[in-house]
Amino acid sequence: MQEKVKDAPGSEFTWVGTRPVRPDGVDKVTGRARFGADMAMQGQLVGKVLRSPHPHARIRAIDTSAAEKLPGVKAVVTREDFQDQPSEFIPAGEMMINYRDVVRNVMAREKALYEGHAVAAVAATSAAIAKQALKLIKVDYEVLPHVIDVVEAMQPGAPLLHEDMITAGVEPAPKTPSNVAKRIEFGAGDVEAGFKQADVIVERAFTTKPVHQGYIEPHACVASVSEDGQADVWVTTQGHWIVRAHCARLLGWDVGKIRVTSSEIGGGFGGKTVVYLEPLALALAKKSRRPVKMVMTREEVFRASGPTSGAHVRVKIGARKDGRIVAAEAELKYQAGAFAGSPVQPGAMCAYAPYDLENVKVVGYDVVTNRPKVAAYRAPGGPISEFAVESALDELAGKLGMDPIEFRLKNAAKQGTKAAYGPKFGPIGLVETLEAAKSHAHWRTPLGKNQGRGLACGFWFNIGGETSVSLSLNEDGTLSLTAGTPDIGGLRASLCMMAAEELSIPMDKIRVQIGDTGQLGYNFLTGGSRATFSSGMATVEAAREVMKEACKRAAKLWELPEDAVEYKDGAVRPAGPNAGKHAPMSLKEIAGIAGKTGGPIAGYARINAHGAAPSFATHIADVEVDPETGKVTVVRYTAIQDAGRAIHPSYVEGQYQGGVAQGIGWALNEEYIYGADGKLQNPGFLDYRVPVASDLPMIDTVIVEVPNPRHPYGVRGVGETPICPPMAALANAVAAATGVRFTDLPMSPPKVLKALDEARAKGTARL
Amino acid sequence: MAHVTLIGNLRQFTGGVAELDVEAASVRQLFTRLGEKFPGLLPHLEQGSAVAIDGQIYQDALFQQIGPDSEVHILPQIAGG
Amino acid sequence: MAKHHVAATVNGDAVEFLCETEETLLDVLRDQLGLTGTKEGCSTGDCGACSVTVDGRLVCSCLMLGVEANGKAIGTIEGMAQGEELHPLQRKFLEHAALQCGVCTPGFLVASKALLEKNANPTETEVRYWLAGNLCRCTGYDKIVRAVLDAAAEMRGA
Repeated sequence: MQEKVKDAPGSEFTWVGTRPVRPDGVDKVTGRARFGADMAMQGQLVGKVLRSPHPHARIRAIDTSAAEKLPGVKAVVTREDFQDQPSEFIPAGEMMINYRDVVRNVMAREKALYEGHAVAAVAATSAAIAKQALKLIKVDYEVLPHVIDVVEAMQPGAPLLHEDMITAGVEPAPKTPSNVAKRIEFGAGDVEAGFKQADVIVERAFTTKPVHQGYIEPHACVASVSEDGQADVWVTTQGHWIVRAHCARLLGWDVGKIRVTSSEIGGGFGGKTVVYLEPLALALAKKSRRPVKMVMTREEVFRASGPTSGAHVRVKIGARKDGRIVAAEAELKYQAGAFAGSPVQPGAMCAYAPYDLENVKVVGYDVVTNRPKVAAYRAPGGPISEFAVESALDELAGKLGMDPIEFRLKNAAKQGTKAAYGPKFGPIGLVETLEAAKSHAHWRTPLGKNQGRGLACGFWFNIGGETSVSLSLNEDGTLSLTAGTPDIGGLRASLCMMAAEELSIPMDKIRVQIGDTGQLGYNFLTGGSRATFSSGMATVEAAREVMKEACKRAAKLWELPEDAVEYKDGAVRPAGPNAGKHAPMSLKEIAGIAGKTGGPIAGYARINAHGAAPSFATHIADVEVDPETGKVTVVRYTAIQDAGRAIHPSYVEGQYQGGVAQGIGWALNEEYIYGADGKLQNPGFLDYRVPVASDLPMIDTVIVEVPNPRHPYGVRGVGETPICPPMAALANAVAAATGVRFTDLPMSPPKVLKALDEARAKGTARL
Repeated sequence: MAHVTLIGNLRQFTGGVAELDVEAASVRQLFTRLGEKFPGLLPHLEQGSAVAIDGQIYQDALFQQIGPDSEVHILPQIAGG
Repeated sequence: MAKHHVAATVNGDAVEFLCETEETLLDVLRDQLGLTGTKEGCSTGDCGACSVTVDGRLVCSCLMLGVEANGKAIGTIEGMAQGEELHPLQRKFLEHAALQCGVCTPGFLVASKALLEKNANPTETEVRYWLAGNLCRCTGYDKIVRAVLDAAAEMRGA
């Protein structure tokens, strides 16, 4: 069941809010659409990476001579081929990047810091020869003790990954290095005083494991460099301008010399916002003077591309008996993997975001461990902290004898509430999602045997950012729209719909493409739930520029002042007192005279999209727990979320459903399993168990619309919020079904069964 | 005067001062004024910070206007996945 | 080691190719025959992105060697539409928005077609279990299952 709750009833739009077939759809259902590995360049070589078998080792020497001599090998690269980068934070688009870490993650320098860390790469005339060449590379490793647990890594005396890592954010700065890259603190008010006012306090510790974004398409690229240094890269990525920036920096080339084309992208979720293969492929292509294609195997994706952090979280929340929360505290310890940069900061900022709190304090630690460097994963940091907070709130509501929805309504953030992370909220839809949950049939449906129901809220900030879109009026009145944010899940449809809405023309008169880095000004990546918001805003601006220019040309022809002409109902017309004096001109007719009246007509928006607004959600989950096996099955799920305005409701629903599925996997089965030897034991989809079709029920959705006043169509980003509530919704449901509160994810059958048995022995189990 | 709150670790560069009033009509002026008062803070403002003006968050918006009675928060930049 | 000569049909067309012993059918389809619609997601038969049919039987092409295709009739996503006319499953996937990134879509379409050829009236549970070998990370499967059930209904003339 999919429903919509509209803040402003009635449909004033022709296209926006409808469900047309996406313009890139036919290519995707016929196999015509080309993804990263679907490109081949003439004369291309196959590139492969040699990866460290050790989780922590000093690299004393690398001898590539035998590999270089192997017939068919055309180039070999190691750390020698990449200039070292100083440790400084550089803006790369909107992100602050420490290139010293990036160059080392792409190709190990002094040390291998995780099993799977790239140590060398070769390009050869066939995959078989490339693999053989890897075997001929001799690496002299000095194996070092490793540490893969975040708490262990924080202990004094733990194996040190970076000898110069002094914890930032601590005053005075520590004198000795450690594995704690940073300490952060957010808060307001006085939590100690707050707790004194509490009638009930819940304090709990939670642990989560690293999980992978799990995109079905592995990393892949083809790179080619000509003799005069002009480079081309075809790559599956969430942000081709980011790929360009990183490669230019790492290779020391002019940004403008590199042209990056984004292929279709087979899933990203944040994991394709960074570079792994691309600088290697470019370096190999330059050295060999031939194009080089590199594709990761699934095993490499797991071993060597960023999962998200595993974490330890401690939460303490106090409330009065009337249900008002008086103090809330959290301590987050997130694993960053081999280099600093876990999402502990956004995780800390979102933890209590849905609530109106006077006294709140969140402390976070960013800790390095001998595991692959974490990469962003859908609402980075949020699902972990929100899991802990929403679980504790559930327990608190139970202790107060309050309904979970009433408890949250009593403390819910609204417009004007000072957010836990600082500024006041503008219009937001949290209360609307809670009310929708309250009145939803799911909330009232009786449960069956061994079943339990859980509820949780979720939040993500959403961002805007630099965006360039070009909209050209073609000679026959059709239009070509070029955007720069890769289409990861229906973007072309939404952009086409917004343009069609603005211009009052049929959608099929506008062809949308995603341009390469040479075709448009800068575009920040597809991520942060920004693409529909930002590229949409730019599309609207470009469309309005086209209409304005069309009016200008007609005004010239009609010898009227510019402001006496308007664009209305798909045509240019004289306005006001001159209405009817000239026959309206369609875009086709305007296009016909464009050349003679000044030149081609196009809109070209180049903006830094501001005004992104947060999206709140409330989810309801029903689970059934098998008392004999501990298996938790999700039997019903409803995701209610504020989209501001759903341009294409099917793709908004799709985001809700997809985020829910990932959250369910994170809650019930997904985890990176390491041995004591620091090596990953489950680098494949058989043992890294993501949800399959038979695991899940239909996922019902409700789109709430509290429009964002800062976007021409009221859009809020929606992609990330949906992954935030499921872990707590399920943990709360399992607690209701079993009487056992799970604080350690995933809640996989052996763990559930063990906990059930223990509870049964104590007499506290409900089944 | 805009009322400015520094969120998170930024307070470490102001000797613990978390809230203060600043005369500034734009984000750029705000950064300049704060930088004059707390030189150690300036690099962190110029890179890696977002500015919320009366609840609206701006990232990389040097010329964004700040009103005479605005409530301003300086926060870490947010990205996404 | 000399390559093997293989003759087969792909989507009804006769093909001939040379392949190494260790090349999979997936490698051959993509790299030799230029049919990149079939995708490689894991190369261990766990994700279904490489689903094709071999003499009408649903198979993970990453688990089959190129040489094993000799004399067989292979069906891939590229053969699903009939000229300009999309297969009902392809149309329903589009109508129901049963794809987001689209990389798993060819595998799901081939697998669903094989299901409906075997069972023209599957229940939701039967669809889910048949498709359990095809991973999707974007959609949560909801719209995919609805599309398959709707296509089945249309194909039955229901």
